[in-house]
Amino acid sequence: MARLLDVRDLRVAFRTRDGVAEAVGGVSYAVDAGRTLAVLGESGSGKSVTAQAIMGILDTPPAMVTGGKVFFQGRDLLTLSGEERRRIRGAKMSMIFQDALSALNPVIPVGAQLAEMYQVHRGMSRKDARARAVELMDRVRIPAAAARAGDYPHQFSGGMRQRIMIAMAIALEPELIIADEPTTALDVTVQAQVMDLLAELRREYAMGLILITHDLGVVADVADTIAVMYAGRIVETAPVRELYRRPAHPYTRGLLDSIPRVDQRGGELYAIKGLPPSPLALPTGCPFNPRCPRARDVCRTDRPPLYEVTDAGVMDAGAQGRASACHFWKEELHGLDPIDPLGTAGTVGPLGG
Amino acid sequence: MPEPFEPLEARSDTPSDIATGTATLEGGPRGRPWLRRPLPGLRWRAAGRPAPGGGPAPGSRGLWTDAWHDLRRNPVFVVSALVILFLVTIAVWPQLIADGNPYQGNLAKAQDGPAPGHPFGFDLQGRDVYTRTVYGARASITVGICATAGAALLGSVLGGLAGFFGGWWDSLLSRIADVFFGIPILLGGLVFLSVVTSGSVWPVVGFIVLLGWPQISRIARGSVVTVKQQDYVLAARTLGASNGRMLLRHIAPNAVAPVIVVATIALGTYIALEATLSFLGVGLKPPTVSWGIDISSASTQIRNAPHMLLWPAAALSITVLAFIMLGDAVRDALDPKLR
Repeated sequence: MARLLDVRDLRVAFRTRDGVAEAVGGVSYAVDAGRTLAVLGESGSGKSVTAQAIMGILDTPPAMVTGGKVFFQGRDLLTLSGEERRRIRGAKMSMIFQDALSALNPVIPVGAQLAEMYQVHRGMSRKDARARAVELMDRVRIPAAAARAGDYPHQFSGGMRQRIMIAMAIALEPELIIADEPTTALDVTVQAQVMDLLAELRREYAMGLILITHDLGVVADVADTIAVMYAGRIVETAPVRELYRRPAHPYTRGLLDSIPRVDQRGGELYAIKGLPPSPLALPTGCPFNPRCPRARDVCRTDRPPLYEVTDAGVMDAGAQGRASACHFWKEELHGLDPIDPLGTAGTVGPLGG
Repeated sequence: MPEPFEPLEARSDTPSDIATGTATLEGGPRGRPWLRRPLPGLRWRAAGRPAPGGGPAPGSRGLWTDAWHDLRRNPVFVVSALVILFLVTIAVWPQLIADGNPYQGNLAKAQDGPAPGHPFGFDLQGRDVYTRTVYGARASITVGICATAGAALLGSVLGGLAGFFGGWWDSLLSRIADVFFGIPILLGGLVFLSVVTSGSVWPVVGFIVLLGWPQISRIARGSVVTVKQQDYVLAARTLGASNGRMLLRHIAPNAVAPVIVVATIALGTYIALEATLSFLGVGLKPPTVSWGIDISSASTQIRNAPHMLLWPAAALSITVLAFIMLGDAVRDALDPKLR
């Protein structure tokens, strides 16, 4: 079966004053219709740039897509003309931004902004488009939608604004939605509501969803698969349960270990040492080696490819499609104590090496 | 708070409360209005939330309604706007307040002081100074408005496109603007306008547009560059908006405020510039009636007949001041950061 979106070896570089920075260095991932892929990574890991390259909204220059393919419904987007790509945006794939206040035009009432989607892409009359906009606001559960259509973005609360942003993204019932940190700017209770809404809409319209986030908590509930990015590369992909239970890359393990846990209250919170490398000066070998507690000589010289993780089915027979960019993924997978989801295991610590 | 137990609905009818937007205090239990009275010392806050009944709230304001709201309460704006309204009116219909003929003089009365029916006296050719001062508004206002409109239109279109598309077009345009910036206005006026024989307002308007657009284009370019980087423009792109739609619907309305501000202030300086050029004899030329020309011809007689200089100079000062004050008020209203 053809996949909805299939990104293969995508590379994006930025021309800067200090040289060419490879922000995305060969990323491959795929999403099927009706499924959710979470792309996880810290700031600067290239997760947003990858998404913008898929959407075709990178500013070129300074950014350049230097390689790879982006198959969307079987067509390579990178070979299409600007006009063809524009017609796909919004109608077939759309995007939700982190900060809805800055992503909505401050001088246009929200109803009119929503209606614009129908006027531009469907050629609807102003009146029909307005009516559809109100329906849409209702659909994302904005109370008194008809009355509030004339309000400006700044008159809505953060959660309501994000709902409007979501409404704009789903207006034309696209097949794929990329949500770039959709809940980061919201407080925790609203986060859950917005994520629920997103998940519900995804099910209803059978959309593929790419959820870009650095929040492991958000991911656990909604994602089907996870791709962990580091320094512009994917370091691990796995079905969500597998990844949480048995990470196959030291970076993923580090991320999981840095989640605060109730049973470790009072203790010092684990943090991955050091800072992510500059894309202008990536370390040789594995990009994670300077921060890796288990780095060996080979890690400093040879860049690990994305190894297929084959025998992950020990704990979950349904697991497949796992990959890890660590020379020692087997050790990672087997040699360490699994993270106990209930937090009853006593030791979570690095193995010497 | 005259009646502390008055319910919220009744209170928000008082003009001073709704004047600053919706005055609401949240959290009072519904259905028990007597509990909704404001606590002593709590101030009514303008809140960006709708009235409980839904519907567009009194606080539904965008940048423009907000600015208009501020302007109406700014005495500087009200005074300058009234002065400008008056000036524009007499520029269009000078006969309303002056029934004389600005061209016909009586040499026997040359340089005479005020006389009945001629409150400002007579000029060198025995023409009525009052009538000429009133008719002089037409040239100044025409030059000011047309030059500003031309410079603003040209400058914002060129600057806006440069800011939006960037690249070589931006570099080319910015360099051309730099060249025009480098021309000293008075020297340029002496050179350009001395070859023009027509004394009408249009060569002067053309010259001011030619030298005025780079200023506007710089502002417009900077403003568009700032707005272009906003997330909502990126979002519009993500949702499939074309370049034209992004420019006209998403960028222009958000980028136009600084251009309006600069243009309004420039209007006053353009009027002064016209008078300066006319004074030097290269701007407007007789028979066009202009304050600059009258000031120029009166300046030689300032000891004998100061009234000939005083009135057109006062009219010019008031006009320029009114436009600059208006520009200041508009800037304050459109740029909340300056408050």
